[in-house]
Amino acid sequence: MGVGKATGCDMSVVFNQVRTGVFLDSVVLMRISRELADLEGIEEAALMIGTPSNLAILERAGLLSELGRQAGGGDLVLAVRARDAATAEIAATEAERALERPSRTGSQAETWQPRTLRSACSVMTDANFALVSVPGDFAAAEARKALRLGLHVMIFSDNVPLEEEVALKREATEAGLLVMGPDCGTVIIGGVPLAFANQVSRGDIGLIGASGTGIQEVSSLITRLGGGVSHALGVGGRDLSDAVGGSSMLAALKLLNNDPGTRHVVLISKPPSTAVAKSILTEVAASDKTFSICFIGAAPLSLPSNATLLRTLKAAAEHAVGTSINAVAKEWGEGSVLPGAGRSRIVGLFCGGTLAAEAQVVFIDEAVSVASNAPIPGVSQLVAASHHVLVDLGDDSYTRGRPHPMIDPTVREGELVRALGDPTVAVVLLDVVIGHGAHVNPASAIARVLCKASPDRPVVVASVTGTKRDPQDRDAQASILRGAGVLMAPSNADAARLALACLSLID
Amino acid sequence: MSKTSELPPGQSPQRVKDTPVSLIQGSPRVINVGLSGFAEALAAQGVAVIQVDWSPPARGDADLATLLSKLSD
Amino acid sequence: MSDVRQVLREANAEAVHRMLAAEPVLIDVVAAADAIPELGEGMILHAGPPISWERMCGPMRGAVAGIAVFEGWANDLDAAAALAARGAFQFRPNHDFAAVGPMTGMTTASQPVMVVENQASGNRAFCTINEGLGKVMRFGGNDASVLTRLAWLRDVLGPALGTALRSSEGIELKSLVARGLTMGDEMHQRNVACSSLLLRSLAAALASTCGDRAILTTILSFIASNDQFFLNIAMAMGKAITDPVRDIKGASVVTAMSRNGTDFGIRVSGLGDEWFTAPVEMPDGLYFPGFSAADANPDMGDSTIIETIGLGGFAMAAAPAVAGFVGAGAPSNAAQITHTMREITLAENPEWTIPALDYQGVPTAIDIRRVVETGIAPMINTGIAHREPGVGQVGAGVVRAPLACFESALWALGKRLGVT
Repeated sequence: MGVGKATGCDMSVVFNQVRTGVFLDSVVLMRISRELADLEGIEEAALMIGTPSNLAILERAGLLSELGRQAGGGDLVLAVRARDAATAEIAATEAERALERPSRTGSQAETWQPRTLRSACSVMTDANFALVSVPGDFAAAEARKALRLGLHVMIFSDNVPLEEEVALKREATEAGLLVMGPDCGTVIIGGVPLAFANQVSRGDIGLIGASGTGIQEVSSLITRLGGGVSHALGVGGRDLSDAVGGSSMLAALKLLNNDPGTRHVVLISKPPSTAVAKSILTEVAASDKTFSICFIGAAPLSLPSNATLLRTLKAAAEHAVGTSINAVAKEWGEGSVLPGAGRSRIVGLFCGGTLAAEAQVVFIDEAVSVASNAPIPGVSQLVAASHHVLVDLGDDSYTRGRPHPMIDPTVREGELVRALGDPTVAVVLLDVVIGHGAHVNPASAIARVLCKASPDRPVVVASVTGTKRDPQDRDAQASILRGAGVLMAPSNADAARLALACLSLID
Repeated sequence: MSKTSELPPGQSPQRVKDTPVSLIQGSPRVINVGLSGFAEALAAQGVAVIQVDWSPPARGDADLATLLSKLSD
Repeated sequence: MSDVRQVLREANAEAVHRMLAAEPVLIDVVAAADAIPELGEGMILHAGPPISWERMCGPMRGAVAGIAVFEGWANDLDAAAALAARGAFQFRPNHDFAAVGPMTGMTTASQPVMVVENQASGNRAFCTINEGLGKVMRFGGNDASVLTRLAWLRDVLGPALGTALRSSEGIELKSLVARGLTMGDEMHQRNVACSSLLLRSLAAALASTCGDRAILTTILSFIASNDQFFLNIAMAMGKAITDPVRDIKGASVVTAMSRNGTDFGIRVSGLGDEWFTAPVEMPDGLYFPGFSAADANPDMGDSTIIETIGLGGFAMAAAPAVAGFVGAGAPSNAAQITHTMREITLAENPEWTIPALDYQGVPTAIDIRRVVETGIAPMINTGIAHREPGVGQVGAGVVRAPLACFESALWALGKRLGVT
């Protein structure tokens, strides 16, 4: 190795080193050159193989000393122009280090992520379905691509135009594929929870639901009743409308009909129109499975012999398993905290729309008038002067531009604080939905609000939708709520009943 | 030049439509397009899942996206 | 399936088939006027889509002046420039005459051009001989040394190469390129392996057909000293592969990408010879000592024909060192770049495979629909020229094809197919 110096203009120093018998890729050399040139006090730096054309470049850049000029095509030339000799030496040391360091390992290489469904399919050649949760404007196009790639689709996205849903489901029917959604938040396949779903027991009860939280409550109750779920398929909130005609529910029925692992099927939905109900029930009648049909709040209708109509989610779960919750030890006794005088109203604040609907059914069945922002038949639309109210905080009017209350408890907090401070309110009724996708600790968020409330406050009644095996652990969540003075009920329907019971204790 | 009814070498095959893949047999094998939290939750359970690094088609240009949907095959 | 979908699918399948079925062979070197009869007095073919003198960048103007003097149409560079400004020359794209040229891409009557024949479809394509590194006309060089070298190419190297090639069956290029891919070449910025393989193939024929030892020595050392010698052959090969893919009704496959230092243009199979242009982008790269981005000329050359056939930036995984240039990321990203380019192409080339990707074929047949849908623009490996004519290469890096070209082409295709 030889070292040569020459004085450049402006008192800067030109410094060369020549290494013989060294070859390195020109790109590697260029990168090291840039690193050296960036060093403090270095005006310019280059590492190049000593070919004539490279030496010409170095000469033109004012980087060559006599030593460097002697270099040949098999030599590596380090050429530096520095503020002073000491700085040049630093650069030389840096160059030595850079040349000797091992090449970067694949630590920088991230796993390649496909940019499209198509290329994802070419990587996962045995994929069987696509879970689509892009913004609603784009969801239908992605779902269509998935169908054309031969995949079943779960569309979590909402705000998908109705005509797109109709077209997608028509295409899916032709292809023999299932579209779960749009606005489908809960699916369980072979025990695997997808999106917002709970860790439930496996068994022989299949679920098909137009509601995510409806599936969550029923599947969780089935688990706690000692039964199990084969698969839970969501069909989206509009599937049973006349426009869509129950297309996905019919397809899901065919699927579960052919599943030897499913003995009994629970259907969950708001009551469909007569026409849609008819086509569903025709399919039900032709099946050799038995059915619990939960059309929430439905008036009696004529059913085939293998089906039973239930008005609540709880009743449907009990019917499917064949045992009832009330046979299990009571979880509550009469609380010591009673609502004070002058308090007469029940305010329900719900994250799950179907849970709000179920609570409305309980009120109707006990002949108590109630209003809601998402009223079922027999319930009035919520207005300022409404007495008892059951509010669906997941409704569009509340969620526009804000996260869903199941994900972010602070959304409900404001309403909860207001209700707790309202002297006319006797009971606040809450649902607490846990499982995959839900907030990590919704019970604590509620407990925190209650701690800050005045002791003269409404009674708070709640249920937890979920199971012990959920990440949040249902038992732990119930404990936290009890510790904060909440009256716990074993199901959402029971919580509504308990709220009404508390009210009757005031007089 | 041969007329094409078979696919040229290298083109990914479309799935055969008269035998659709089963949804409920075996563990789900999922392609996740959208919220990565869903893929992470599935991966944590040992479920086969691949995340698509998705961005709006045509960089969000709605007219181009509509044109694309008419020209897709 | 709707009519339009059927048309698109079948047209694109045909386009892919033709690209993959090509059999390019380097068969000859001849004077450009013999290959392209239209090339007469005052006619100058250039790189990129059509461009007027007024809009040409510095290096291209320098090259035009130089080539005019070389051909004897002007006595000196100033006179040549004055003639050009007066409209005395006809400027046409190389692409219109089955030709391509790197950087400024000057092609005129007396220059020798290499001839690549696509023996599957019978068409031929042409490209001048690579001048080497340093001060050369493709970077706008135009002084005596440049013209002297061009004269030597015309009088010595060109004819000798032609004789050698005609004495043989020609050099089959698909398998040569396949070997180069396994040896670290991507055929745009990296051609050292293919250049070496080429010299190996040619050496015996050159030695036996060239009687003068001194001349043979200069020829062999000229070729041997130029790592990028194969570039121009790869470009002619690319043109020979894509020309038969033009004019397939309804096909959305790209048949040409090219730049003239001012505009970037693409051509699409189903849209014939129409150019869809947008301003060229600035390359993002590493610079030789003494130079920086401030010195860079905007993107230029017909060499993007190489990416058009699935090599260059598309085959980055075969040449991880090239990925080390700023803008492309670390060498470990090279595979990702090829995977990303696969998103915008319809096929993989089973004859050009990349060992590092378990012998996956290079992504081939860029589909404008996929470019627009994903927003992924083709990535191009390119040399960077100095913005002043004649200085030469100042760096290397990557540049993207402008998305606007693909968007306007898509609208045109939609109109042509009656969906808009």
